Amino acid sequence: MQEFIIWLQHPGLTHFLILSGLLFSLGLFAILTRRNAIMVLMGIELVLNAANINFVAFSRYVTTTLDGHVVAVFVIILAAAEAAILLAIVLNIYQNFNTVNVDEINQLKD
Amino acid sequence: MDLYTIIFYIFAVITLGAACVVVFSRNIVRAAFALLFAFFGVAGIYVFLLADFIAITQLLIYVGGILVLILFGVMLTSHQIHVDTKTGTVQTLPAVMIVSALAGTIIGIFWSTDWNVSSQLKIMDKTAPQIGELLLTKYLLPFEIASVVLLVALIGAAMIARREKKPKD
Repeated sequence: MQEFIIWLQHPGLTHFLILSGLLFSLGLFAILTRRNAIMVLMGIELVLNAANINFVAFSRYVTTTLDGHVVAVFVIILAAAEAAILLAIVLNIYQNFNTVNVDEINQLKD
Repeated sequence: MDLYTIIFYIFAVITLGAACVVVFSRNIVRAAFALLFAFFGVAGIYVFLLADFIAITQLLIYVGGILVLILFGVMLTSHQIHVDTKTGTVQTLPAVMIVSALAGTIIGIFWSTDWNVSSQLKIMDKTAPQIGELLLTKYLLPFEIASVVLLVALIGAAMIARREKKPKD
């Protein structure tokens, strides 16, 4: 117990990893349970942020080079592209089906 | 307990609390605004990891770009909100079981692994010039591919979201 309190008082690599693990789990929960497609997108963004924290944390504590930062930049670029495409698809679905609930969209063509 | 530790925990609590609101809130507009605070908290965590360029990029692209896109999506499809407030989630029980098992596994691995932490932690100041140099030397091909991907995404999003003209008969 004493060790655990001392561990809590000195933030290191493990603290950041556990934070990103919790963030990943919350994002995955949103992806699995939400019916609204935009809420699923928000879950995906949380998962990507968790992955980014991991990359930057390992870059800081293990490799001490900047390669992790570059990968984080690419992840952010792809997240932006993915969000734009997904929202375009969601708007199109909304015009055709009049709903954005992912469990009601079960036809390829109406 | 020094100031560094206290501020780290403040940012961690902001991030995880806002993420909990995003995940568990019934109101989708409230969830979208909570996502703002989650992104802010993650940017603070990047500052703690001495990643100043990534932190600023996070603020510019996530808070300034992606969040606005998400809010556009929420507003343009908004009359479904009232339907959603009744049945916001599906398959909650299996999802809770899967996610808690996965979270336990991940955190157990993070906790028990010896991560080979470097003994000499460098002070990384001014990361932006070095990231720029890496992008134009070691990561030149992914950089160019990313630019093409962004162009394709731009054209594709405009193409898909375009309102289809009704054929005249």
